[in-house]
Amino acid sequence: MADTMTLPGYLVRNARQHAERPAIREKDRGIWQTYTWRQYHDHVRDIALGLAALGFTRGDKLSVIGDNRPRLYWSQVAAICLGGVSVPVYQDSIAKELAFVLDHAEVSVVVAEDQEQVDKILALKEQLPALKLVVYEEPRGMSQYRASDLRSLDEVEELGRRFAAEHPEYFAREIERGRMDEVALFAYTSGTTGSPKGAMLTHANMVETGQILARSEDVRLDDDWLAYLPMAWVGDSLYTLVMNLMVGFTVNCPESPETVQRDLRELGPTAVLAPPRIWENMLTSIQVRASDAPRLKRWAFERSRAAAERAEILRSEGKAVPLGLRLRLALGEFFVYGPVRDQLGLRRARWAYTGGAPLGPDTFRFFRSFGVNLKQVYGSTELTGLVSLQPDAEANPTTAGRPCPGIDVKIGERGEVLVKSAGVFKGYFKNDAATGEVIDRDGWFHTGDAGFLDPQGHLVIIDRAKDVGALADGTAFAPQFIENKLKFSPYIREAVAFGHERPFVTAMIAIDPNTVGSWAERRGVAYTSYSDLSQKPEIRGLIREEIHRGNETLPEAQKIRRFLLLTKDLDADDAEMTRTRKVRRRHVAEKYAPVIEAFYSGRDSVELTTAITYEDGRQGSLRSVVHIEDVEGVAVHG
Amino acid sequence: MSTLLQIQGVSKAFGGVQAVNRVSLEVNRGDLISVIGPNGAGKTSLLNMISGFYHPDHGRLTLDGADITHAAPSRIAAHGVARTFQNIALFRGMTVLDNLMLGRHVHMKTGVLGAFAYWGLAQREEVAHRKRVEDIIDFLRIQDLRRRPTGSLAYGLQKRVELGRALALDPKVLLLDEPMGGCNHEEKEDMARFILDVNEEWGTTIILIEHDMGVVMDISDRVAVLDMGSKIADGTPDEVRANPQVIKAYLGETKGAPAERSRG
Repeated sequence: MADTMTLPGYLVRNARQHAERPAIREKDRGIWQTYTWRQYHDHVRDIALGLAALGFTRGDKLSVIGDNRPRLYWSQVAAICLGGVSVPVYQDSIAKELAFVLDHAEVSVVVAEDQEQVDKILALKEQLPALKLVVYEEPRGMSQYRASDLRSLDEVEELGRRFAAEHPEYFAREIERGRMDEVALFAYTSGTTGSPKGAMLTHANMVETGQILARSEDVRLDDDWLAYLPMAWVGDSLYTLVMNLMVGFTVNCPESPETVQRDLRELGPTAVLAPPRIWENMLTSIQVRASDAPRLKRWAFERSRAAAERAEILRSEGKAVPLGLRLRLALGEFFVYGPVRDQLGLRRARWAYTGGAPLGPDTFRFFRSFGVNLKQVYGSTELTGLVSLQPDAEANPTTAGRPCPGIDVKIGERGEVLVKSAGVFKGYFKNDAATGEVIDRDGWFHTGDAGFLDPQGHLVIIDRAKDVGALADGTAFAPQFIENKLKFSPYIREAVAFGHERPFVTAMIAIDPNTVGSWAERRGVAYTSYSDLSQKPEIRGLIREEIHRGNETLPEAQKIRRFLLLTKDLDADDAEMTRTRKVRRRHVAEKYAPVIEAFYSGRDSVELTTAITYEDGRQGSLRSVVHIEDVEGVAVHG
Repeated sequence: MSTLLQIQGVSKAFGGVQAVNRVSLEVNRGDLISVIGPNGAGKTSLLNMISGFYHPDHGRLTLDGADITHAAPSRIAAHGVARTFQNIALFRGMTVLDNLMLGRHVHMKTGVLGAFAYWGLAQREEVAHRKRVEDIIDFLRIQDLRRRPTGSLAYGLQKRVELGRALALDPKVLLLDEPMGGCNHEEKEDMARFILDVNEEWGTTIILIEHDMGVVMDISDRVAVLDMGSKIADGTPDEVRANPQVIKAYLGETKGAPAERSRG
């Protein structure tokens, strides 16, 4: 691969070399529709020229909003071909966040998936002086909309074809003009604090990171990939856009967000990347189904699972697996592991990654023991999504993997992880101050994560550096470390631990309504809503048991002494989490200050008023008295 | 615009109760008309007469020029009138897909014998109908529910599937009997969206019975008001809102706008 090829360069190459190979598929009307590289290229060209005809030019910003759709990817590539910048945004953003990003990025064209997204954008139009054109993909419901600055993507492509007739060389020339150090993508960081920041990624950032990834992992031309993660997440851009263009494999877009599970199974992608939450959900659904299965099946499942776990532990310790156990594994593979992998759509997956946040070791071991080559990857938006990953033979639940060749990692002050690589971004758009804070004079990017390099050379991430605190007696306190222990329970969806400068550790728990709901139903516990369910004495007892179990794996000082169950799940719409579901710790601590006070003043209940923001921006509130529970077997002192 | 459905002075009595009393209504092609009124005003009875469930004691119904006053429901369906019911009427044990496919049965031409010899004509027909049903599934965004038995779905989703089943008939006139009854705020919003889209995108004429005044006033071209079996008003939402008789029917003698029922 030539080092100097820009992303559009790869597109042109693919259209030549792999013209009739499938580039991208989309499930429509229940059937997978395939587009070849030639078609991919032609659509991108038509969209690009249509945009050019409408005044889009070098340096302009184009934003896409919607689910993963081929035409939204093409629009991004089209903008990049013209020397523009793609700014994918989260499709479930509330109006305020959306307005901030679109305005801050000076987006002039928005390509929206459907009427719902168009409505959102049109409602914000006043706040977006730079916005000149809104394009929609799905014409449904749009026939009554009349405006010169609103067009369907079909119209844009038609304009493009006409433009091509008059300017036959334009497209090729614009691609020629592309430079490796030109910015091609703004990836807005989810931002656990403050407003989102737009990380500027250049062709070089993305192409060179793609090359590093291709050298480190087995990526093939005939791979199938399912594009279901938000387009605004850098991981999706890196794989579905960049790697797809560079390697030429097939990207598949699910029919709708609700059908992902089924589409995954139907497709059986050859590689899978999923955040911990999805692995946890998969495990939970397996556990629920196993416990609801008839006795014989349950027996077979439990026996095989136990055997697989034992073998996995032996393997990870480098010991030989005895013959008897191997025999049972073979049986298990036939009756249990294979079918379970098949149900999950992981049968063809040569490798699977978890990243974005730490995954509970038990969940991790479960999938490995069932024959899924699950490994950890670590990256960040500002590093084009990649720092380290685990080679097949070195997969383990505790590390974030070995820094990829060509990526330098060192540990700075206060244990902060510093990275230098070709993927280090150009800076935050219109925010030099913030850029200066994270890239030092020698070009090292400060990740903000606290961690260390283990003797094997793997990177281990402990927590966000700024979140690591100390209990009142000086013992180190890493909240995420504790929360992850709790979140392995299928009944606990989210947990937030407190303890910095406090005598002991406490936690707020959000239950998983599905698993807890079915648990309650099985025991005849009647409930009406999430908040009602969360305050049932039986449920509080259930979660106390789960915390007790989690506590057993924690050092004495880190054990959770008191907890309460939240009456609603933590939600990105309420700014309690980021769109990638990381807890916005500082905001949560402020919002739930009375709870924290009650935890440490020894009270056994607290009145909780929680504001809820609906997706359309309306506000509501929920008021209730919430019980605070002590975990038995752990003395509360202080 | 041409008249599609003409209702001329229809009446219906059950024993001593005059459910519908000489109601006339003209429905133009492409209209979205709402019929509102207090409980027991005769709204559902009127709908039942249009779809042929009841036959009027007096008066005449014509659809596209054809007299359907005494036609059987199956014939009226074949004329292009589809409806949904206040209390969902789906085959609970069957999947969403099968319910929708059944909705197309008026368009199926293969007989029992032909269907036994599946390959050939019957198969081609099945594929064509499936295509139409897939369009509806896509339209209503229920791709994830194809294989789910309708009985296992949440109430709001069942309402959506019922709308789909009515759409599968490719109706000229769609009769919707409280499609949002019992739905939560979000489900109502979705349903209103779908109804508008059916009307605007496919040009389907819609007669809607609905209690939620906010929705009715928002999406209807015209509103007809029934009270005690008689039509007391008929006009644009604004006209109806200002009509003193309507205010009286809803609020008694007090002055003011008709009460907007809670939207929650």
